[in-house]
Amino acid sequence: MSDIILETRNLTKHYGGVRALQGANFVLRRGEHVAVMGDNGAGKSTFVRQITGVERPTSGEIVFDGEPVQFAGPIEAREAGIETVFQTLALADDLDVPDNLFLGREMKLFNLGPFSILDYKGMREATLRGLQKTAVKIPNIRNTIRNMSGGQRQCVAIARTATFHSKLTIMDEPTAALGVQETAQVENIIRNFKEQGESLILVSHNMRQVFDLVDRIVVFRRGRIVANLNKPETDGQDVVAYITGAKTGAEYEDAA
Amino acid sequence: MSDTAHGVGGLPFDASKRVWPNELNVFGALVLIVVVFEVLGASLMGQSFLFDSQGRFDTIFNEQRLYIIVLQVSIVGIIAIGVTQVIIAGGIDLSSGSIVGATAMIAMSFAQVAEVNGQPNPKGVFIEQGWVDLPVVVPVMVGLACGLAAGLINGLLIAYTRIPPFIATLGMMVTARGIAKWWSKGQPISFPTQEYAAIGNGFGGWMPVVIFVGLAILFQLILKFTVYGKHTYAIGSNEEAARMSGIKVNRHKVLVYTIAGMLAALAALVLSSKNLTAQAGMGVMYELDAIAMAVIGGVSLSGGRGSIVGTVIGALIFGVIISGFTFLRLDAYYQEMVKGAVIVGAVVLDQWRQRYQALRT
Repeated sequence: MSDIILETRNLTKHYGGVRALQGANFVLRRGEHVAVMGDNGAGKSTFVRQITGVERPTSGEIVFDGEPVQFAGPIEAREAGIETVFQTLALADDLDVPDNLFLGREMKLFNLGPFSILDYKGMREATLRGLQKTAVKIPNIRNTIRNMSGGQRQCVAIARTATFHSKLTIMDEPTAALGVQETAQVENIIRNFKEQGESLILVSHNMRQVFDLVDRIVVFRRGRIVANLNKPETDGQDVVAYITGAKTGAEYEDAA
Repeated sequence: MSDTAHGVGGLPFDASKRVWPNELNVFGALVLIVVVFEVLGASLMGQSFLFDSQGRFDTIFNEQRLYIIVLQVSIVGIIAIGVTQVIIAGGIDLSSGSIVGATAMIAMSFAQVAEVNGQPNPKGVFIEQGWVDLPVVVPVMVGLACGLAAGLINGLLIAYTRIPPFIATLGMMVTARGIAKWWSKGQPISFPTQEYAAIGNGFGGWMPVVIFVGLAILFQLILKFTVYGKHTYAIGSNEEAARMSGIKVNRHKVLVYTIAGMLAALAALVLSSKNLTAQAGMGVMYELDAIAMAVIGGVSLSGGRGSIVGTVIGALIFGVIISGFTFLRLDAYYQEMVKGAVIVGAVVLDQWRQRYQALRT
């Protein structure tokens, strides 16, 4: 088994004439936590959308778990083992926690096509296991998402990835809309992921958070990767310099 | 509360966080309305509304009134079951009343007897073709096929052309009514076979109620315990999330509207059988009555919330109001005015309740 869980080679995405992502070469090792940083419009979200199958890249290659992949949609990516916590939470407000965790992949007691009988008990138990694994605290899993705080909602979205033994978790600004305490809770879950050896790509604007949580920082600028920094060898000021364009990584000189 | 007591991994149940089921509120409203009619009956008419006031001891209730209340809502109630799942899925169906009209006409023309009082059936549509005295399964299958086709077209339009459900089903409403009028050039179609007449008159006249209650139980179970139900709520709640979760949203919508169409067709079979005749104007405004029953029963027009149980109680509220007005010997005009007010009132109350819940958490 290869040490590398995800690799992109020359990944490029054009929207008409707009070059949103150009020649991204990115490597993620198993169990590694990498932050993707960059200004608004730098190409972070475009990059995430390509590897999660939300969009098809214009050119370039994605190698996931040793296999070249071309996802037709986010569902295929999820089935391959890439779980994504989207910026816009993909939760159904009127359903409770197990319903949301198992949305689109319900456990069934009897298979009767669309009228298959749901295994509520099995889903509840699996949900509790998933929540325990992530140490997510939710007072009542039978509560609907509508009646939950922003932090709890985010936790449910993250717990979804833990319940299904994903190979790679991608979080797109998981704490952008959260308060201090809720942010701390989500960060704890991420630390927990690290301990359990889960691979993670974290898209974030929050410098303190990034330095707290990840092993490596990849900086995007104007659709290109401009830096690949190991955390011990860099600091906040340095990263800001890369983000704003004051500096460019030596190996990326020709690109920028 | 300490961190650990807060429940690492989630506590399975917390009674204080439990949400009061909306169906209980609706049921409370039903009881309240009955009480109002009882009080008005006692003070104005000197009679009880629901209870037996003849002094007989073998019955507690005024059974005839109960029968009328349930019977008069059961046919629209069948439609309301289909409409409820459409609204829960975030859609709307305006075409059900017209589907009733068209289906009644078409199905009835396959259910006619050859001779009435020794003469050829004066209303016979297919006498020349010899399509008379057919087994009851023929008109039933034809009728259900009509509903299936209409619902399927609704669903395909909504899922794949992305036009709003309001417009798609409005188109079907006008078209199906046109078909109902064109089918026999406006003539009523009458004289069905015995077997066909039994659909709406069997069980000593309770057949429509039996069908309504049976379907209500079936669909309550389907919505609660099957993947179909879960996906219906998910799509109405957050369509984008449902799509991203891998639910085949378009296919599911087609299924939801098709089932609604077939339930409207079933209502048409029961109605035309019960009346022993079909007319092009059958089922006018039924779609709005069905939507009103659902809304009164707590089904949210924005989707994702509601249940068949709520709709059944909403239907009973409807029936009680109509019967109550007849009981108080008030003009039918007032019924409609009050019905309108009840619909608006139900939505306003639901909105307040939503806001109160949002504030509490």
